[in-house]
Amino acid sequence: MSLSPDLLARIRAASDEHGGPRAAMLEALKLIQHEHGWVSDAHLAEAAATLGVHRAEMEALASFYSLIFRHPVGKTVILLCDGASCWLNGAEEVREELKRRLGIGFGETTRDGRYTLLNVACLGGCDRAPAAVVGRDRRLVGPLSPAGVAALLEDGL
Amino acid sequence: MTDLPLTGRARPDRRPHTLAEWRAEGGYEAVERARNMAPTEIIDMVEAAHLNGRGGAGFPAGRKWRFMPERGTSPGEGPSYLIVNGDEMEPGAFKDRFLLEALPHQVIEGAIITARATHADEAIVLIRDEYRPGIAAVERAIHEARDAGLLGDLAIRVHPSAGRYIVGEETALITALEGHRAVPRKRPPFPAQSGLWGRPTTVNNVETISLVPHILSLGPQRFRALSRTEEGGTKLYGVSGRVQRPGLFEAPMGTTARELIERAGGVSGDGRLRAFQPGGGASGFFGPDRLDLPLDFGHVAKAGSMFGTGMLIVLDGTACPVGFLARHMRFYARESCGWCTPCREGLPLVAKILDRFAAGQGRRADLELLQMTAAEAAPRGRSFCDLMGGAMAPLASGLSMFAAEFEARLAEGERA
Ligand SMILES: Cc1cc2nc3c(=O)[nH]c(=O)nc-3n(C[C@H](O)[C@H](O)[C@H](O)COP(=O)(O)O)c2cc1C
Ligand code: SF4
Repeated sequence: MSLSPDLLARIRAASDEHGGPRAAMLEALKLIQHEHGWVSDAHLAEAAATLGVHRAEMEALASFYSLIFRHPVGKTVILLCDGASCWLNGAEEVREELKRRLGIGFGETTRDGRYTLLNVACLGGCDRAPAAVVGRDRRLVGPLSPAGVAALLEDGL
Repeated sequence: MTDLPLTGRARPDRRPHTLAEWRAEGGYEAVERARNMAPTEIIDMVEAAHLNGRGGAGFPAGRKWRFMPERGTSPGEGPSYLIVNGDEMEPGAFKDRFLLEALPHQVIEGAIITARATHADEAIVLIRDEYRPGIAAVERAIHEARDAGLLGDLAIRVHPSAGRYIVGEETALITALEGHRAVPRKRPPFPAQSGLWGRPTTVNNVETISLVPHILSLGPQRFRALSRTEEGGTKLYGVSGRVQRPGLFEAPMGTTARELIERAGGVSGDGRLRAFQPGGGASGFFGPDRLDLPLDFGHVAKAGSMFGTGMLIVLDGTACPVGFLARHMRFYARESCGWCTPCREGLPLVAKILDRFAAGQGRRADLELLQMTAAEAAPRGRSFCDLMGGAMAPLASGLSMFAAEFEARLAEGERA
């Protein structure tokens, strides 16, 4: 499935707005991800061609930034903080319970496509440690506990 | 409210003010005042207020701004930039999230005034992507301010970042804004000479910017007097880790850890303070003997650590300092941009060794390797930016402060 004409137009517009094709590469990746949830090889190549940059440059950029997804992700992405304050407050137990309930490890997506579990840098939620950020609007949740994980998932997120 | 200028107007649920609500609280009066002032007059005030940057290095804001060339005096063509740094990813730091979410108009006010002082034509507020509520709040505030004609001819926009701690380093941030992998750049040239797109650029932290309007409203003397030390203003301190009620506390600059930990409900766990980091993940540890040290950039540096973000992380008597250090080093290892060898190769090694120690499988030779790495890699100039040196601070001080715990882990390993 190729990128929609509308998305391609927005990528071209980003090039004008951001001062040239190279500066617009990251914006293009974000636009693709916003629409499709992740950035596939085919989409990356198409955006590179649209901007007139080499796809390797685009790939270099996509692989650097942790929140550009190069694999399909679930409907709800759970970003679990692995910062030190969360660690001090039991983040490891929460992590294990999340993994157990979802049946997946970090970087993986549940078979039904509902959840992806990722570990991320300190989320700025140390006052709610252990904390996570969930879903498209990046809602901060915490303090989490192993016992509260079930409720969190049932919440539908 | 004037003793809490930064957070006094915030609502408990963090709901941001509409423009009308903000103006009813005195919002944008400082901007009006700045409009009738010359850029140098604003800088004079900020210098007299002794405002030090709150992003980590504590550089005097006024002095930084003076490096910015006046309109039309820098060679070449194009705008000058102000970048507000809202990347906040230092372990233990959660203050900028609050300022962006709850007080977005304060950020915009600060940006307008700072842009005027630094001759900037464009302002960019860079915010990490996980802070989407903050992104939304600031975007809305910009929209409202623009519609009300408060921005003058300043172009201002939000740039959501796409992850990675290193983006917060000011030269890496500039590289990121230009669309590249966020690798730091050599200084000099400093951003004020050659920053974004080679144009004069000032980078300031969200908290620094948020304080600026209050210097204009209160005047530099009263602003300075908010502090207990030579460094002006209040500070948005944070306390997290092993405390009863982790949180943010605006308090006079120079407040002590004893007072702050008390406001956080005291130490949790076994209730005994083992150690604390005074300025986020990259600051060296202090023991209980430093509980009464006034916490500001000068005092903390003199005592051998770094005030950094001013966010305290507390360890109680039951927290495993070896495991804690391992967690920190995993973070810095992962977030290394990969540009220079000591950091790219050294940090993963350090993290691996610490993981082994934490699991009771440490070896004596490993301990020596850790000590050597901490000593060799810490000084400025051994790596390209301060990420590596920053990571070495807790390692070096942890190795000496927690020597007994390391030995105990070693003994476990030798028994096994
Ligand atoms: C690895 C690294 C990460 C940093 N991250 C941030 C950050 O997230 N936010 C920030 O304001 N400053 C950060 N800094 C400091 C900036 O480089 C810069 O000093 C600061 O934004 C300047 O603002 P100030 O003068 O108002 O403190 C970081 C520095 C380093 C070395
Ligand atoms: S010290 Fe680390 S983060 Fe800084 S430039 Fe070198 S590799 Fe990159």
